[in-house]
Amino acid sequence: MAALLTSLDSLVAALRADRRQVIGPTVRDGAIVLAELDSARQLPYGWGVRVAPGGYRLRERADRAAFGHSAGPQSWKAYLHPPRTELWSTRRGESPAEPDEPPPRYAFLGVRPCDLRAIGVLDRVLGQGKYPSVRYAARRAATFIVAVNCTEPGEACFCVSAGGGPKAAAGYDLVLTELIGADTVRYVVEAGSEKGERLLSTLDTYPADAATAEASAAVDAAAGRMGRALPPGDLRALIAEKRDAAHWDDVASRCLSCANCTMVCPTCFCTTVEDTTDLTGEVAGRWQRWDSCFDPDFSYLHGGAVRTSTRSRYRQWLSHKVGTWHDQFGEAGCVGCGRCVAWCPVGIDLTAELAALASEETAS
Amino acid sequence: MDAPTLAVWKFASCDGCQLTLLDCEDDLLMLAGRIKIAHFLEASSATVAGPYDVSLVEGSVTTPSDVERVKRIRAQSKALVAIGACATAGGIQALRNFADVDEFRSVVYARPDYIQTLARSEPISTYVPVDYELRGCPIDRGQLLELLGALLAGRRPQLPVHSVCFECKARGTPCLLVAAGTPCLGPVTQAGCGAICPAYGRGCYGCFGPVAATDPRALLAKLRALGMSADDLRRAFRTFNAAAPALAAIEETSEP
Repeated sequence: MAALLTSLDSLVAALRADRRQVIGPTVRDGAIVLAELDSARQLPYGWGVRVAPGGYRLRERADRAAFGHSAGPQSWKAYLHPPRTELWSTRRGESPAEPDEPPPRYAFLGVRPCDLRAIGVLDRVLGQGKYPSVRYAARRAATFIVAVNCTEPGEACFCVSAGGGPKAAAGYDLVLTELIGADTVRYVVEAGSEKGERLLSTLDTYPADAATAEASAAVDAAAGRMGRALPPGDLRALIAEKRDAAHWDDVASRCLSCANCTMVCPTCFCTTVEDTTDLTGEVAGRWQRWDSCFDPDFSYLHGGAVRTSTRSRYRQWLSHKVGTWHDQFGEAGCVGCGRCVAWCPVGIDLTAELAALASEETAS
Repeated sequence: MDAPTLAVWKFASCDGCQLTLLDCEDDLLMLAGRIKIAHFLEASSATVAGPYDVSLVEGSVTTPSDVERVKRIRAQSKALVAIGACATAGGIQALRNFADVDEFRSVVYARPDYIQTLARSEPISTYVPVDYELRGCPIDRGQLLELLGALLAGRRPQLPVHSVCFECKARGTPCLLVAAGTPCLGPVTQAGCGAICPAYGRGCYGCFGPVAATDPRALLAKLRALGMSADDLRRAFRTFNAAAPALAAIEETSEP
């Protein structure tokens, strides 16, 4: 049953009253970043973005929309699968002990449908399977998700061609659709879980009535306004077929191997472990930190790295993302959020690279 | 068992990297409890004769007598660690490598014939085998403590060879190149500093030197698009690590 909110103040207050740490978009350092919010007033009301390959700028909007912007520099991965986490520590003569802290009680406010799918991908990679990460699963289970249907796709967005769309499908506790008026914003809100129902029942809402149809129309219209598209056809087969394409050299001449694409990707999950000791020699620990297939050490075996060229590293990344991810996890690793396009310092655009691969004649 | 001995040596340099050791404050006290600081003239004029378990070597080799001295230090050291941009790439003074040293000598000194100098400022590794290198101008305190802690524990130190971008992303700094249009060498510069400059809105100026696995020329088009001239580019890449081999290609590309 949809309801109408004329402000998000009560929602944020209710989540905080439920002892949750509310994480949502806010303006900082010239971008719309994710950060802890004390109140809904910190949301980026009136801010939009202009996005291009390798370019991102804030722009003032003519309205007061809080979610009138596409993906920023971070994703929710930073909270569910943090850049650096302690696996265990020990003192000399004692057994290793895992950190004994309850997972944070996050409430994610403003999860886009693309990012909701990305969280689903992470769930299947990290939270399920033969060796699930206990830490990830605990963080995930403790998280309350407020999704926001997308009414403003950006120039780098291509979720529709990646198999998604601007409407949140599943995996949320509450979902909002922002209705942007001349100088007001209203939100159609629906629950997607029992937790969501309970929270929604504590808020003062209005009947949604005609706003529901207005919201549906806005979301449907967004599907036709994607800035980009993946080339049609079976990308998994394309990648397998084009392993020796000359185009990989073309990308390699532009690629910095800096790993920004993997760090901003909401589904790239690779990590390495680091052992630490302190100066007293009494305390040792093991930490997990984000790693990337663009790190020369990533493929280091005894004697050296397996992937020594930028060509081999870029091919590994793209092949895994849209090809072999299927073999491993039964789906693609790309949700079409556009972050790797926008946040590549030199603007390498995977939709264009895949199109170029598709158009290259296969050498016989 | 006697405490392992540490020696600190200086070649052509500003002393800033050595001072990083003194800047370790509380950790320095802890370190002093585990090792014997046998030779560190910046801290004490009292020295103990070698051999030494670990030698930290700051500065670049620029004179004929430096060449002999670094060989003697190597012979007395179990592990030799080159610290800082001077010791790992020749430093700012390696700008001489691109000019005529005799001409400099004749202009700068009243009695040029007193001056014995080499044509090139070279990293320590040009003359002796080096066990570890800490990059930076100056080096990072955390990396120094990590290295010394690892040597004490007999484990491999964590000295990443990837880009500064890893560190910006880990600390949540939005990319300056993308979101601000600020020139930044982070994508082609080795991590280790914790991405300090970008966190304060300042583009990375590359003091940790080039990432070995990257061709820095891939960044030139972006930097030009942000308004940098050929001169700007040459200066940006010819600062702390001017003579790093990976940057040689930049010079050819950025000629006006």
